[in-house]
Amino acid sequence: MLDVDLRHRLGSFELDARFTAPPGITVLFGRSGSGKTTIINAVAGLLKPDAGRIMVDGRALLDTAANVCLPPHARRIGYIFQEGRLFPHFTVSRNLTYSRWFTSGAGQPADVSRVVEMLGIGHLLNRYPQSLSGGEKQRVAIGRALLSSPQLILADEPLSSLDEYRKAEILPYFERLRDEVSVPILYVSHAAAEVARLATTVVALQNGKVIRQGPAAEVLGDPSVTPAGAREAGALIEARIVAHHDDGLTEVSAGAVHLLLPSLGQPVGATARIRIAAHDVILSRSRPEGLSALNIVPGTVHEIRLGQGPGALVALDTPAGRLLARITRRSLRTLELAPRAQVFAIVKAVSIAPADVGN
Amino acid sequence: MALSLRVAAVATLASLPLGIFTAYALARWRFPGKQLLNGLVHLPLILPPVVTGYLLLLAMGRKGFIGQYLDQWFGIVFAFRWTGAVLAAAIMAFPLMVRSIRLSIEAVDPRLEQAGATLGARPAWVFATVTLPLIMPGILAGAILAFAKAMGEFGATITFVSNIPGQTQTVPSAIYAFLQVPGGEPSAMRLVIISVAVAMAALLLSELLARRLAARAGGS
Repeated sequence: MLDVDLRHRLGSFELDARFTAPPGITVLFGRSGSGKTTIINAVAGLLKPDAGRIMVDGRALLDTAANVCLPPHARRIGYIFQEGRLFPHFTVSRNLTYSRWFTSGAGQPADVSRVVEMLGIGHLLNRYPQSLSGGEKQRVAIGRALLSSPQLILADEPLSSLDEYRKAEILPYFERLRDEVSVPILYVSHAAAEVARLATTVVALQNGKVIRQGPAAEVLGDPSVTPAGAREAGALIEARIVAHHDDGLTEVSAGAVHLLLPSLGQPVGATARIRIAAHDVILSRSRPEGLSALNIVPGTVHEIRLGQGPGALVALDTPAGRLLARITRRSLRTLELAPRAQVFAIVKAVSIAPADVGN
Repeated sequence: MALSLRVAAVATLASLPLGIFTAYALARWRFPGKQLLNGLVHLPLILPPVVTGYLLLLAMGRKGFIGQYLDQWFGIVFAFRWTGAVLAAAIMAFPLMVRSIRLSIEAVDPRLEQAGATLGARPAWVFATVTLPLIMPGILAGAILAFAKAMGEFGATITFVSNIPGQTQTVPSAIYAFLQVPGGEPSAMRLVIISVAVAMAALLLSELLARRLAARAGGS
């Protein structure tokens, strides 16, 4: 458990953030300049905030009232940096075991082989970082942080320097991290899809303030919280895989609703987190017929949020969970939508990309 | 010749730790008087060597304001000894050494040192395991340059410790001495060729190391 309460002023920017990170991945979600990196660097001890308190499992890393400010090397954190920051003069193997020199119990051979296997970097051990691809570097960086036997893992946009293909390569490792490592993980991101796949808890930040925090599905389904902009909005539903069909579709059930998606890798019976982008959802007042779209979900309007421009975000309560739809204000008028109105949400199966589906 | 090598080697090795420390302070720390320190380090590069030698004589000579106490309390005398030649050579070579090391420290990404800290390394360990290995080519290049400069140092040396054969007569002062006597030219020429060879070798070696440093800084 990580408790953070920080105040810091940097020129005209003012940070005033308070949140709690339970086990699992807590994503600090916001645009660049919202204070995400300031917070994570304060937790790491690379930046000393004006005032605040940071506690990990009851141990104070920082408490300005009690004049406590541990240096970074005494904080027992594993920091996965945006650009990897591997030591260029060491081999992958020595990068991984670097912390063994300083921390008792860190980098034990048994742990090394377990982490190396989990990250699939066994064939890289004798190479130098210069010769690795971006994705390989980042996997080594994850391993290095894990092997310092940290009590808290920090990750500062670890995927943002990678292309889509490499991102898809690394995301599963963070999912495994979330499910297999018991320490809390604080993860900075501005990408909604990444948040939807990884987050256990979301802390939404705007201009240095926490505007919302809570379980991922709850925060992402709230139309008033769109730290990445309404364009990036999308709800998160939890589903169970029911069947894999011959025509390349996978059938999942969420609540009482069955949905069809492009084929997923997970076995029947496994659960999946599915992000449904708000701009991929069409609304209709009556159940449509003769439509190519495969997924039609009945629901009621919960809340409508008008945007700055011609758009609006509509939050729906459906048996599958909260859904978000991004439509125009004109459609809003034509359909006479208001809270408690009955609607049908239409989602094309192919609009759900594999990157939107996580474990 | 052997004396010259010994003087240059001792001057280089003895001033290396202080050189690394000074370079690190100039590259990384902010403190009052930083520009003054920077100027002081570089002074021997700009001053006429004779002036440096004379100032050394005033300060470190037997009757000098520092030298007399060194003599009284510790029995250490620099003036007109080979150790004095070491001191003069070290001071004259110091700016070259510091410059080279400082450049290499500035090329080290501080974010790598931060990474070391988050992995549990105290600042001293970060320096030993991250900074030092990364600046090693710069240190070597600086040491080689300093060594070459120390081999060739003449003005400050002859002013401070004179030109006593077997005691303080380095290669340059020997060349000078040979040129003062009729028929000494062949002997002088032999020493000249040796000097040129040593200087060229040092320069090439330092150039090679600098290139390796640049390649490594770019490749990380």
